[in-house]
Amino acid sequence: MSRKLLDLWVGFFVAIGFAAVLFLALRVGNLSSANFAETYQLTAKFDNIGGLKVRGPVKSAGVVVGRVTDIRFDPQAYEALVTLTIDSRYQFPKDTFASILTAGLLGEQYIGLDAGGDEKMLKPGDVFAKTQSAVVLEKLISQFMFNKASETPDSK
Amino acid sequence: MRWLVLKWTSSVLIELVRSTGHRMNNALQTLGFSARFFMMILVYSGQSFRRLHLTIREIYFVGFQSLLIILVSGLFIGMVLGMQGYETLQRYGSSEALGVLVALSLTRELGPVVSALLFASRAGSSITAEIGLMKATEQLTAMDMMAVNPIARVVAPRFWGGVISMPLLAALFSAIGVFGGYLIGVVLIGVDEGAFWSQMQGSVDFRFDVWNGIVKSFVFGTAVSLISVFEGYDAVPTAEGVSASIKRTVVYSALAILALDFVLTSFMFRGV
Repeated sequence: MSRKLLDLWVGFFVAIGFAAVLFLALRVGNLSSANFAETYQLTAKFDNIGGLKVRGPVKSAGVVVGRVTDIRFDPQAYEALVTLTIDSRYQFPKDTFASILTAGLLGEQYIGLDAGGDEKMLKPGDVFAKTQSAVVLEKLISQFMFNKASETPDSK
Repeated sequence: MRWLVLKWTSSVLIELVRSTGHRMNNALQTLGFSARFFMMILVYSGQSFRRLHLTIREIYFVGFQSLLIILVSGLFIGMVLGMQGYETLQRYGSSEALGVLVALSLTRELGPVVSALLFASRAGSSITAEIGLMKATEQLTAMDMMAVNPIARVVAPRFWGGVISMPLLAALFSAIGVFGGYLIGVVLIGVDEGAFWSQMQGSVDFRFDVWNGIVKSFVFGTAVSLISVFEGYDAVPTAEGVSASIKRTVVYSALAILALDFVLTSFMFRGV
C-alpha cells in the first residue's frame, strides 16, 4: 500500500476518533451546558442534608443555576455546611429560601432556591438565612404513627 | 527403613522449596527484563519518531483495521444495554433514565474495558506474532548486525501505534454504543427522545465520567501494547514458543486490563 493512501486512512481514523470524543463531550456529557463561565459561592446551613451529594444541581424554578461544590460538617453547631457555586448571571434576594428537595420519588436530591422579595441581593460568600432540611422518611413515618397512636383514645 | 522414609521425605521437601525458588527467580527476572525493556522503548522512541511513517503504518494496522470489530461490538453492546436497561428501569417507572444508564456504563466502564479486551485479542496478538516470528527467523538479529536498532525500528513504532490507537478506539466504542442504546431505547421501544438526551447530559459529567474513561483507555492501551511487544520480543524462537507467546499476550492482557480497571475505578469513582 502506498504511503499516501496509508496516511489518508490513518488521518480518517484519527479524525473520527476525535469526533467520537467530541460527541461524548458535547452530546453525551455536559460540557456544552453546565460549564458556568463566571460563578460565585454561597453557603447554606442544614440540620440534615439527607442524600445530597457534591456536584448535585442547584435549581431555581426548575432551572439549573449552579452546583453543590462542597459539603462539610460544622462541629460547633452540629450542622451541615453546604457550599453552592452559582452562575454569576443569576442573583438572588437576601431572603431566598434554600431547601433540599428530591427529583421524583426515588430520584437524586438537589437544592431548590425560592426567591424572596428582598431588594438587597446575596453577595458572594453570604449565608442563606432560611433553609429547609431534607425530609427523612423514617421521621415522617414515626411522626405519623405517634400522631395516630395519640389520636385513637380521644376519638373513641 | 525409617531412615529411608525420612530421607525420601526430606528430598521431596527440598525439591518443593527449590522449584518454588526457581519459579520466583524466573518471575522476577522476567519482571526486571520487561521493566528494562519498557525503559528502552521510551529511550529509543525519539529515534523512531524521527521516522514517523513507521508509527503511522502501525496505527493503520492496529487502529484502523480494528475499527470494524470495535464499531460492530460497540453497537451491539449499546443495543443490549438499551434492552436490558429498559427492562429493569421500567419496573421502577423511570425508563427515561435509560440514557443515563447507557451513557454512564459505556463511558466509565464498558467502553474502555471491552474495547481494550477486543484490542488485545485483535491487535495485541498480531503484534506478538509478528515480532515473535521476526525473532524466530532471526530478522531482529540481522537488523542488529546492520547497525539498525530493532527496538527503535520494530518495537517502539508498534508500541506507540497501540498507545495512540486505544483511546480513540475506546471513544468510538462508547459513542457508537450510545447510538445503539438510542436506536433501541428511542427508535424501537419509544422512550421520550428529549428526556433520553437531557437526562444523559444532566448526569454525565465531562471531566468526571468521559475524561476518566479516556484516561482508563490510555492506561489499558499502554499495558496491552507493552505486553504484546514484550511477549513477542521475549518469545522462544520456535513455532511452539511463538504460539505460547501469543497465548500469554491474550491472557496477561486480559488479566492486566481487569486488574488495572479495578484499581483505577477504586481511585476514580469512590462515591464522592
